[in-house]
Amino acid sequence: MEKITNFFKTFLLFELVKGMALTGRYFFARKITVQFPEEKTPQGFRFRGLHAQRRYASGEERCIGCKLCEAVCPALAINIETEEREDGTRRTTRYDIDLMKCIFCGFCEESCPVDAIVETRILEYHGEKRGDLYYTKPMLLAVGDKYEEQIAKDRAADAKYR
Amino acid sequence: MPAMAEIRNYTINFGPQHPAAHGVLRLVLELDGEVIVRADPHIGLLHRGTEKLAETRTWLQTLPYLDRLDYVSMMCNEHAYCLAVERLLGAEVPLRAQYIRVMMDEVTRILNHLLNIGTHALDIGAMTMVLYTFREREDLMDVYEAVSGARLHAAYYRPGGVYRDLPDRMPQYVQNKFKNAETVKRLNEARQGSLLDFIEDFTNRFPAYVDEYETLLTDNRIWKQRTVGVGVVSPERALALGFTGPMLRGSGVEWDLRKKQPYEVYDRMEFDVPVGVNGDCYDRYLVRIEEMRQANRIVKQCIDWLRMNPGPVITDNHKVAPPPREKMKAGMEELIHHFKLFTEGMHVPPGEAYAAIEHPKGEFGVYAISDGGNKPYRIKLRSPGFPHLAATDEMAKGHMIADATAIIGTIDLVLGDTDR
Repeated sequence: MEKITNFFKTFLLFELVKGMALTGRYFFARKITVQFPEEKTPQGFRFRGLHAQRRYASGEERCIGCKLCEAVCPALAINIETEEREDGTRRTTRYDIDLMKCIFCGFCEESCPVDAIVETRILEYHGEKRGDLYYTKPMLLAVGDKYEEQIAKDRAADAKYR
Repeated sequence: MPAMAEIRNYTINFGPQHPAAHGVLRLVLELDGEVIVRADPHIGLLHRGTEKLAETRTWLQTLPYLDRLDYVSMMCNEHAYCLAVERLLGAEVPLRAQYIRVMMDEVTRILNHLLNIGTHALDIGAMTMVLYTFREREDLMDVYEAVSGARLHAAYYRPGGVYRDLPDRMPQYVQNKFKNAETVKRLNEARQGSLLDFIEDFTNRFPAYVDEYETLLTDNRIWKQRTVGVGVVSPERALALGFTGPMLRGSGVEWDLRKKQPYEVYDRMEFDVPVGVNGDCYDRYLVRIEEMRQANRIVKQCIDWLRMNPGPVITDNHKVAPPPREKMKAGMEELIHHFKLFTEGMHVPPGEAYAAIEHPKGEFGVYAISDGGNKPYRIKLRSPGFPHLAATDEMAKGHMIADATAIIGTIDLVLGDTDR
């Protein structure tokens, strides 16, 4: 009996038809496509994308130039120089992140004691020529100013886990 | 009578730009007509010197580089490294962290096997498979992102535990001009609760998806013609060649580090180890399918435990792991620990340790030597892909040239960890 069913299964391309039925079902099923540039998949609050430098509400920059991020960076992508400002506080005169070197491990954010350097949700940044992805302090501060609302919301959501 | 034409073997390059060569493998094939006489894998095109790099990085800084070894099973690489460092330190890992690690390891195993089966089928002609497996990979990638913040290079495990606890909410789809409120509501149904709810929903759906893959492949006569009897390795040869993982189990040797040398909480998990019979590409495929089902079972058990038992996820020994941020900002001693850990790094007592885990591809091991400093003296990485690739010649000999893709696919080759 088994022999006969096997013969007919082979002869009638049974398993191929079953496979086709499956793909056919999906042909008429609801599509799961995400039309990327216009719409995006959900992004978690821990997402690690482009870096940003943050400011306090007063407009004062957060970074105090402790150089922890520079020390912990596995790819040696961060360069910092500091100097004493006129009011006696220590601030950075240079804060560069070479995004071509950066491996987006998030250690800089993890190490920062004042939540100054953060990794934002932005993932669609680009450079058109060599050196465009070498982010300097004004560029990082500009990113921070632009997205501060979202950045603060994400940090607040993640605060209890860290 | 004219002299016989001289017949010579024909040598071709398979890769490094061939789409079926899985990355940058270069296979020099010596052919006799269409039959492979010798297959000579040339590696090193993706060599980044991870082992040497580790010698100039602190123990923590090496961790994100481990993600980049086998870049389809990221967290498993980190796991082996963390285990090795913990063994040197003698550090205690909180139980919750162990469960999270086991759960994420099994999620990684599913991710890895999905990619392997999808691309393996794609390589030898079953175009649609990869579309179905990548659909499920997308869900698991969302898990990765919600947990660690990155879809691929997680950097989530730490010596002494894991970085953060699992999040208690999932990101949601938002309404736009392509998706109306009803569609968005349906898409977000599984995302209403915590991450654990999301994974549980996935584990409930997943067995049906595996059935779909099996419908498409397992009985399919074309798939069988391409894989049955191809690349046969006997159990004795598999052991002699240093095979591990599905490659070894496909040959019928029941060897699984999760059972034989249980690490973390695998001894509390209930799961079976699938074993093949013939040791050909088809059996290895069946082993991988069954491993996905078993991994699904383990994930479920972990979810149940993690639901019931909240707690710390990283050791409170602040010589190893930094204190929580709240405390760091309030206390002097914690701040000192924080600064010391992120500049100088932890000091690991002198000694040697080898830690191996059952990586989706086989045994992934990290052999670390410490001289008591803040950097490893030497790290040796044992990647499962390397001995497997070394056996290509033995497996491919005598087969047709088209079977070379089937054999490369079944090895589950990722050049990132073969070249290191």
